[in-house]
Amino acid sequence: MSDLSYVRTEMLPQKAPPATSVGVVGWLRENLFSSVGNSALTVVTGALLLMLLSAILPWVFLGIWDAESLADCRAQFAEMYADGRTYACWAVIADRWDQIMFGYSFGNLNEGLYWRPLLGLALILVALSPILYPNVPRIMYVATAATLFLYPWLIWGGSIWGPLTLAMCIIGGIVAFRFASQVMITAFALPVAIVVTAVLIMVVMGPLSNGLASVAALELQPVPSREVSGFVLSITIGIVAIVASLPIAIMLALGRQSDLFIVNKLSTGFIEIIRGVPLITLIFVATVLMKYFLPSHIDLDPVVAVMILVTLFTAAYIAEVIRGGLAALPKGQYEAADALGLTYWQAQRLIILPQALKISIPGIVSNFISVFKDTTLVSIVALNDPLGISGAIRSNSDWNGIVWELYGFIALVFWIFCFSMSRYSLWLERQLQTGHR
Amino acid sequence: MKKSVFLGTLAVAGLAAGISAAGTLDDVKARGKVNCGVTEGTLGFSSRNSEGKHEGFDVEFCRALAAAIFDDADAVEYIELSSKNRFTALSAGQADLLYRTTTWTFSRDVDLKTSFVGINYYDGQGFMVPKDLGVTSATELEGATVCIETGTTTELNLADYFRVNGMSYEPLPVGGTSEAKALYEEGACDVYTTDASALAGVRASLKDPSAYIILPEIVSKEPLGPTVRHGDNDWEDVVRWTQNALVAAEELGVTQANVAELAKGTDNPSINRMLGSEGSLCSMLNLESDCFVQAIAATGNYGEIFERTIGESTPIGLARGLNALWTEGGLQYSPPFR
Amino acid sequence: MSDSVAPPKETFRLSMLLYDSRYRGITIQFVVLVLVLLALGWLARNAAVNLAALGKPLRFDFLGDTASYDINQRLIEYTSTDSHGRAVLVGLLNTLLVAFMGCAAATILGVIGGVLRLSSNWLVSRLVALYVEIFRNVPVLLWIFVCMFTLTAIAPAPRAFRGDTPEASMLLWDSMAVTNRGIYIPEPLFSRPLGDLNLGVFNVSIELIVLLAVLAGSLFAMKWNNARANRIQTETGDRPNTMWMNIAIVIIPFLLVLIALGFHIGKPELKGFNFKGGINMSAPLIGLWLGLTLYTTTYIIEAVRSGIQAVSKGQSEAAFALGLRPGRTMSLVILPQALRVIIPQLISQYLNLTKNSSLAVAIGYMDLVSTLGGVTLNQTGREMEAILMLMAIYLTISLTISGTMNWYNNRVKLVER
Repeated sequence: MSDLSYVRTEMLPQKAPPATSVGVVGWLRENLFSSVGNSALTVVTGALLLMLLSAILPWVFLGIWDAESLADCRAQFAEMYADGRTYACWAVIADRWDQIMFGYSFGNLNEGLYWRPLLGLALILVALSPILYPNVPRIMYVATAATLFLYPWLIWGGSIWGPLTLAMCIIGGIVAFRFASQVMITAFALPVAIVVTAVLIMVVMGPLSNGLASVAALELQPVPSREVSGFVLSITIGIVAIVASLPIAIMLALGRQSDLFIVNKLSTGFIEIIRGVPLITLIFVATVLMKYFLPSHIDLDPVVAVMILVTLFTAAYIAEVIRGGLAALPKGQYEAADALGLTYWQAQRLIILPQALKISIPGIVSNFISVFKDTTLVSIVALNDPLGISGAIRSNSDWNGIVWELYGFIALVFWIFCFSMSRYSLWLERQLQTGHR
Repeated sequence: MKKSVFLGTLAVAGLAAGISAAGTLDDVKARGKVNCGVTEGTLGFSSRNSEGKHEGFDVEFCRALAAAIFDDADAVEYIELSSKNRFTALSAGQADLLYRTTTWTFSRDVDLKTSFVGINYYDGQGFMVPKDLGVTSATELEGATVCIETGTTTELNLADYFRVNGMSYEPLPVGGTSEAKALYEEGACDVYTTDASALAGVRASLKDPSAYIILPEIVSKEPLGPTVRHGDNDWEDVVRWTQNALVAAEELGVTQANVAELAKGTDNPSINRMLGSEGSLCSMLNLESDCFVQAIAATGNYGEIFERTIGESTPIGLARGLNALWTEGGLQYSPPFR
Repeated sequence: MSDSVAPPKETFRLSMLLYDSRYRGITIQFVVLVLVLLALGWLARNAAVNLAALGKPLRFDFLGDTASYDINQRLIEYTSTDSHGRAVLVGLLNTLLVAFMGCAAATILGVIGGVLRLSSNWLVSRLVALYVEIFRNVPVLLWIFVCMFTLTAIAPAPRAFRGDTPEASMLLWDSMAVTNRGIYIPEPLFSRPLGDLNLGVFNVSIELIVLLAVLAGSLFAMKWNNARANRIQTETGDRPNTMWMNIAIVIIPFLLVLIALGFHIGKPELKGFNFKGGINMSAPLIGLWLGLTLYTTTYIIEAVRSGIQAVSKGQSEAAFALGLRPGRTMSLVILPQALRVIIPQLISQYLNLTKNSSLAVAIGYMDLVSTLGGVTLNQTGREMEAILMLMAIYLTISLTISGTMNWYNNRVKLVER
């Protein structure tokens, strides 16, 4: 054994990395100043950002919250600042925020009614929970179904028996479907069930709900559709459009995937026509043309008409999302269903659609976000969505001339809603992805 | 109602009572409310206050009508209509009448199957310019940029006026009054044009009203008035004579304060006939015998409505001008009640 | 030995339409078709009855009536004495103009933004992310309003340019003016003009046709030049330098024609209330353009980002290993592959932008909706005709765009195994 005393026998302790590559300095060097070009970019963007913030922030935070009118605001600023500087007049928001959020129906016209839209929103969140958390108890699906009937009741008011008897009629239709599918194929059982439901609604529902209402009224103060306004209107149009469009969209998507020539072409034609025109033209159709297309004795409320057209619009887009989901399923799934001897409808119901819908959920959520944003278009046809209300507020002599504060507030609320939904959609996408692997 | 409200969400309905070509008055009575079409927001004429209630000049006429029919000025459903769907809404029966700053023109009266039954405001299109431009007449506006609100007769009058005077201009069409005003204040246009009634209101609400002047030219006739469906003469009469009653009340010195007193009978047969203590004019309209008393008690006479909503004591500050009584050099004139 | 049993003779029975899955499809399709036709017929009949009751049968002759309104932004000649039909055409061209400008700007900004979004510079990539999150989560209608009002609030009014010591001055050697009524840029003028070619509906200046023809000829010559270089390269292995010759081929004839036509630049000048001369892009056009661009850019940024991230890391590593610099790697290796993912999303964003341009009606840009669906509809009272025409035109535009882009997509997409 030779003498190897010049060789170290123990490991040296790790040296600390140079001060320039750790901590704040290191982070800065790596992420902001890694090269000359990068440093220049950082400096320029930083300067721009500072300029922008220094223009906006004082305006926002030095604003006045307590004033009676725009003239009052201006007077207060003139008193405070001799050089004529003015900042935001947030007093308009303090005065009218309830109209923007809850609309005329639940705003200060009816002080006590805030709870109705709020409870409705809470119900929707509960209803969404089966999607939010995939393994909630099945009882929650009942809550989802109940919300379908309770939310409109909360918004429009009237007697509870209307929605309840309607739900009974639909349950009757489902029962009829069960019986019918025992004796015939689904393609025929489905129309039978629809006819049964329609007959129940037309014949039984009216007398039954009136009868029950005369026993126990159980009614909320009715709200006419045209008074439903503000963010409540936007959310309601969005929700109604998404929920009502889902069945239509599934039918359209299946139709477009179908081998039946006429069904395929009709579905494709409908989808392409709706997707080819701007939403605003469909809203014109709803508010201006709809009356011509219906018999003259039917008087369709503009809000309802807009909801119908927005539903059709959404259905065309969601149909494409679902078609994507259908196409994304491995072919083996279809073949396996065939091998088991399932009929077309059994295969769709038990194997194809559950999987296709699951992967379509993020797409459906992002469609919901765009529909929600697009509801601002109804302000162009004099419905009172938040932008419409902002116009109405400015046509009052107190607040005539106010622009940025209203747009800023409305934009902020939209942003909060849409941003949280898009985050949720991203999260869901990740959840669903791991489910697949 | 309760049921249909709900069904509406299912696209099944919104099925209200059928609209027949005749008998609007019966429909209104059966419904218990007047469906009055108003603008979605026009300064002074119709807007919502912070309680969400409608107020304004046109709104007062709707209220007077409701008071005449039901003795209840609040029995009005206000249907907010855009300039695009107002006539459709009227012809489809969604509104019983329009008090919607609608200009009475030949083609609207004849071609669109609507009827105008009176004029509650005589308007005309005017121009407003900043004082420092040094312009004193509309004929000096060669090459100017003009802010206009789209979808109104204003656009057509403007095109005609400049063409007749051989001048060129740049139109800057804007969706609504408040947008147009914001653009004007920033100098995006030199001239602001709209009905003179609105012009005064816009000027009053600018940051520095004294820096702007309204030019003397009025370039068009804009008689604004109530509009009903063509062919329902009974309903036309109710609307027409309720409005006339408000004007006549001012002519005769009947006010909100003294109408109850005067209704008991006076020395003046004109007042007595109108207020129902002599004869029975109201019942000829199929209304309660004190219909005009109720209308005047609810809103006051024409002059009172004007002063309260758009007159000189309000921020809008309109002078009576053409809308003064005929006895005072204006055009408001009521046919006799006899 | 086996007995072969002949298959039973096929006979068609009516009940097979219901119970035989081979024929059931026909029954179902027939029923669906009848139901759809019945529904459409019902709607059409209602419309006919209701329109007849109003005395407004479906007629399009209102398009020939005098429009009697003015349009500030127009690509073809138009005065208030022209017909509604021509006003509609002006509106259509305005729609196409803003859609084209929006798509071009959004694509450029979107690609830059998408690359910056993946930049190693923390501040820049975060700022782009922030921009995306802020702009895409607020309705585009609000952004259009905000852009329009910001423009009018920040840019100076024309009167600020007046006086001995004006508050504002023109840019780029007095050739361009940014005002809150629009942007005025220099226009090309010819002192020896060739006149206009009347195409029936509108005129096209012959100078433009000549210039385009010369340019097309030059490009053709350039192609020939490149083909020649390729041939020499395959024959000899050496590639002759084509760059200078190509530049000469393109530029010299073009310049010669310009000089022959007496080309000069017309600068905008302040006259009376407004700038005169030059090309004017009105404030509503710019507001709408900005609003649509800023909104759509966010979607294109996300499309570009996802496209770039979809290219496997091995590709960029391989490119680096070959010694390509980061910029060349991006343009030669990553982007061409990323395009496969990007282009379908780009198509749908172009369509969305074109459809969203219909919101012009809110800020007074005279596009198709503001002319045909706005003033014309209000003046003539022909709702049915105007709105149906409006939808038909938009449908045509959309189908044309998606058709063209799909054709392009099919050309560039990688052929899969």
